[in-house]
Amino acid sequence: MFRFEKKANPFYEKDVSGCAVSAIMNTKGRRFSSEGIVKSIANQRDRSNGLGGGFAAYGIYPQFAELYALHIMYQNQASAHKTEQYLDDYFQVEHKEVIPHRHDTVISHHPFLRRYFVKPYPVGEKTPDRIFERLSEDELVIKNVMRINTGFDGAFVFSCGKNMGVFKGVGYPEDLAVFFKLEEYSAYIWIAHGRFPTNSAVWWGGAHPFSLLDWAVVHNGEISSYGINKRFLENFGYNCTLFTDTEVIAYIFDLLVRRHDLSFEMASKVMAPPFWDEIEKMPDEEKELYTTLRATYGGALLNGPFSVIAGFKNGIIALNDRVKLRPLVAARKDDFAYVASEEAAIRIVQSELDRVWSPAGGEPVIVMLEEPAAVPTAP
Amino acid sequence: MSKKNSVTIEADNLNFRELNSRIRDSVQAGCSRITLNSVCGQRYIGLGLGTGLKITVNGVPGNDSAMFMGGASLIINGNAQDCLGNTMDSGTVVVYGHSGDILGHGMRGGQIYVRDSVGTRVGIHMKSYKQKKPVIVIGGSAGDFFGEYMAGGILIVLGINRGKQDILGRFVGTGMHGGTIYIRGQVSNFQLGKEVKVFDLDDKDHQIIEKYAAKFCVHFSVDKAAIFKQKFIKLQPYTHRPYGRLYAY
Repeated sequence: MFRFEKKANPFYEKDVSGCAVSAIMNTKGRRFSSEGIVKSIANQRDRSNGLGGGFAAYGIYPQFAELYALHIMYQNQASAHKTEQYLDDYFQVEHKEVIPHRHDTVISHHPFLRRYFVKPYPVGEKTPDRIFERLSEDELVIKNVMRINTGFDGAFVFSCGKNMGVFKGVGYPEDLAVFFKLEEYSAYIWIAHGRFPTNSAVWWGGAHPFSLLDWAVVHNGEISSYGINKRFLENFGYNCTLFTDTEVIAYIFDLLVRRHDLSFEMASKVMAPPFWDEIEKMPDEEKELYTTLRATYGGALLNGPFSVIAGFKNGIIALNDRVKLRPLVAARKDDFAYVASEEAAIRIVQSELDRVWSPAGGEPVIVMLEEPAAVPTAP
Repeated sequence: MSKKNSVTIEADNLNFRELNSRIRDSVQAGCSRITLNSVCGQRYIGLGLGTGLKITVNGVPGNDSAMFMGGASLIINGNAQDCLGNTMDSGTVVVYGHSGDILGHGMRGGQIYVRDSVGTRVGIHMKSYKQKKPVIVIGGSAGDFFGEYMAGGILIVLGINRGKQDILGRFVGTGMHGGTIYIRGQVSNFQLGKEVKVFDLDDKDHQIIEKYAAKFCVHFSVDKAAIFKQKFIKLQPYTHRPYGRLYAY
């Protein structure tokens, strides 16, 4: 589905490369244009190779803030028709439109791109599933997204959060920004990714960010524990459908933080835990905590090299693997927080910074909105 | 220095290929002083360049700057990113800021001075041969895997201006089988790789530290007397062939 038949050229391994990640956030929840994030990710162009790019933006749909914004890509009209009928059965579709895009850019091939602003039907006779299974609205959305992504040929939901959206595809990220008319949006968190795929398929859905509800994850690296993580997540109803290791990170965040109510600090200690010999040296209480975390969530430990930025409605978290096998730089300037693969990608947006640092391996950078309620939710 | 010998290049919006070919063209034309303004992430600056050349970078140079450098001096007025001085052969790099990960990877000669702290895997695989002896002097702290698989050369960590940061991370000198690490401060055995031990300094060590710390103090206007108020320790591998007996039954 949407996979390019064209093989990567034989010399592509020789490109100077590695994925690029970048994020900019306003901690007061003030929305700003896409200009900075596009500049930042374009500055890191040499890290990606044109086989995937994308953006996540938070706060872009204030007029539909209470509705789930489903961004769906379709291979053809038939898959669109079938999926839309399904959506009508399970959701009240308040608004439906084509995701605005240009046809005069370097992005020449693309799937049908549509978005739907929906809410689940109120619990009642039309919703036997929900009464029976006591699903919350969020869980109902997840369940249906999983059902579409696994069971509907040619249809793929790539974003399903409230007041946020993912825009991604095959191409360089700065080209996709033009393609998706990102200059028309303003957001309080922007996350971007430039892809250099090493071991997973090139297709529109396989570009980053990966998103579930209001989680959006971009990732540089390779999750070698993917098999273990995937099987662990299947126990909790998450089906990995995207042929790409990164999606497990989005699901692990959802499981740990939204469903199991762990703090971001604890969640990052699950994914990049202290080594056993470090735990051994801790005071008793901490030792018990970290032993328990590793025992309970062993299947959520991420192995292999990675730097990850995850966004959600109240903030961002950036995390490296424990032995720092991928680059990550963080910076602050007044109300703005920046994270990127390279310092230059931050300086190109803001040359004067209050503080700039490289977080150590396994040490999370967590930036939260000062007042989550200040985010505009109405026009 | 005649005016003709110096050139200034505005690097705004220049791709790394374009910027580096302009640098090489200037060198070919006989320039010995090159100033680069508004550098923001362009890679390979100073790549392979030889003696008698001084490049001043204003901004943040990209990854792998000073790579294979063969005698030039590179002055960075800003922070450096990853892989600075990768497999550098000779010359001098001075960073007026901090440096990222993998500084001096496989470095085989020349000197690097960093005013502030450096990232993870600094000085890994450094090696020396006869008169060639790479040296890195770090003003602040260094991260994990410092001097990993080091085979030769000198690493000096001064530990000034590092706030609450530990002077070194973990796995220091893992797999190290040559060269010397000098630390102004203490490390615990827990932080060290299996192949290294802490030694006291002898007169020769003092001379070495004196020599390079003096240069550091000149570059960054630091009071040399203050540096020697605190004791240094030395880390060295205690065998040249850590795995030599692994398969010898």
